[in-house]
Amino acid sequence: MNKRAKSIIVYTLLILGSILMIFPFIWMVSTSLKTPLEVYSLSIIPDNPTFENYRRIFQDTLFGKWFINSLIIAVLTTISVAFFDTLVGYIIAKFQFIGKTIIFIAILSTLMVPTEMLIIPWYLMSSEFGWTDNYWGLLFPGLMTGFGVFLMKQFMQSIPDDLLDAARVDGLGEFKIFWKIAIPQVWPAISALCIFTFLSNWNAFLWPLIVLESPEIFTLPVGLSYFASGEFESRWELIMAGATITALPLILVFFFLQKHIIKGITLTGMK
Amino acid sequence: MADTSLETNQPLKPKAKKPRSRLTLKQSKYMFVYLCLLVPLIFYVTIRFIPTLYTFNIGFHEWNILSPEKPFVGMDNYVALFQDPVFRKSLFNTFIFIAFGVTGQVVIGLGVALLLQRINTFVGIFRVIYFIPYVTSIVAVSWVFRWLFMNNGFVNEMLTNLGLPAQLFLNSPNQAIYIIIATMVWQALGFQMVIFLAGLENIPKTFYEAAEVDGASSWHKFKSITLPLLNPTIVFSVVIGSINFIQVSFTQVVNMSVDSAGGPLQSTLTIVVYIYQLAFRQFSMGMASAATVVLFLIVLAITVIQMKVLSKKFDY
Repeated sequence: MNKRAKSIIVYTLLILGSILMIFPFIWMVSTSLKTPLEVYSLSIIPDNPTFENYRRIFQDTLFGKWFINSLIIAVLTTISVAFFDTLVGYIIAKFQFIGKTIIFIAILSTLMVPTEMLIIPWYLMSSEFGWTDNYWGLLFPGLMTGFGVFLMKQFMQSIPDDLLDAARVDGLGEFKIFWKIAIPQVWPAISALCIFTFLSNWNAFLWPLIVLESPEIFTLPVGLSYFASGEFESRWELIMAGATITALPLILVFFFLQKHIIKGITLTGMK
Repeated sequence: MADTSLETNQPLKPKAKKPRSRLTLKQSKYMFVYLCLLVPLIFYVTIRFIPTLYTFNIGFHEWNILSPEKPFVGMDNYVALFQDPVFRKSLFNTFIFIAFGVTGQVVIGLGVALLLQRINTFVGIFRVIYFIPYVTSIVAVSWVFRWLFMNNGFVNEMLTNLGLPAQLFLNSPNQAIYIIIATMVWQALGFQMVIFLAGLENIPKTFYEAAEVDGASSWHKFKSITLPLLNPTIVFSVVIGSINFIQVSFTQVVNMSVDSAGGPLQSTLTIVVYIYQLAFRQFSMGMASAATVVLFLIVLAITVIQMKVLSKKFDY
């Protein structure tokens, strides 16, 4: 086989694969723009595209609220994880102190315990302390992660000690050294950590499903699931509008940050 | 925290008081370390360690939320668990998920990475397209696939248009699990592709050049250079994929199974869905905790195997 024929085959395979990867999204958006009469037709471009489904979803259901809840939770968790994991990673990488090894191993060991193992005690704790059905109950399990500490420690280690000592000689306080000198050195790793944390919290389903009871406080995934299997069952044009609202923000974020995200995966996967 | 560490340093005039500043520097370092670790330590102890130990404890009790009595029952929950055909079914299904899902992910992910390596233009665009499903909402995607595979959904309409028989898909005890696995493979493919692309880039080009001089075929090069040198990456992918399939499958199963609980006929029930049903539908926390311990042991075993395999030296 000559080179040209080979490359035609390669491109054909890749294009066919791309269609499979993209088609579900096209079908989702297409259905969300259809009228109830048209929803079972196979046309990809709706005859009378309409935003009525979106209007209904925002006006008649709690999707707007769920969207805001998801955003608040994902942003707060991301800030907390980015701050604490980076700080702890920095301290473990750059300081000698009593108990350091034990603390590091203890934090690493949490990586081996699947979240599913903790949901029952978390739930019992939450009902004991009145943490169910509010933002705090949603937030508390994810405020710090062992993964982030490990990741940041690996990157902080590459900062030369001389740089930090020079700052100390200049009279900079320890926190300022961390904030002004260390953080800028590992910025790519922090942004990767932020993106993953945001993504996994936007997607979180099991814990929110357990800890939340009132629809007003649902996050988008729980809300969408409740909506789609509830009274709007089989109203596919509405369910797909809801799915689009849930899925699209992440895709948009991805388009702006794709280089960072793909690099971040390579970084974290290889460390 | 920030203020205290600054306060200790601010009164100093660094150049004027050198001998004292060195001592204070050490003190301020310690102060900084312990102050900053305070909140994280409280978090890890109360939110991670105590709950982990508590789970083991609950597992040894008959613990129904609705009854005030929580008697110690030793290993009874574990015995009951393995005698429960539904639990055994969920274990079996979880292994089906891993076996088919991880194989699919790794093989197709590696395949796409190899194809992308062969081309020079549009690499970036293809990479983005294959990656998009990974960065979007799992619940949304689950409902889109549910819609595609409905009785009167897109796939069945296409099949009938082509003169093929319509399928039950998510309503069929034999097919539903594979539809869910396919959804998960579709979604995680991009992640695997990126990992493999990075792994492939680490293989020195000189090996291929040498093989070309010897006149080796593409297949031969793949078998004797790419595959062995990619081994650590493959192990990593398999482990990450397995752990993901165990844990993530909950969201897909709950949103895609026809009864939201691992149906039809428990054919898509996985361990995590079983745990959820037991704990939060039947309030049997003791037995559910025992099941999470079993889950923990499975994840632990996979991680230990990974460490064993990855710590082996690979000769270049």
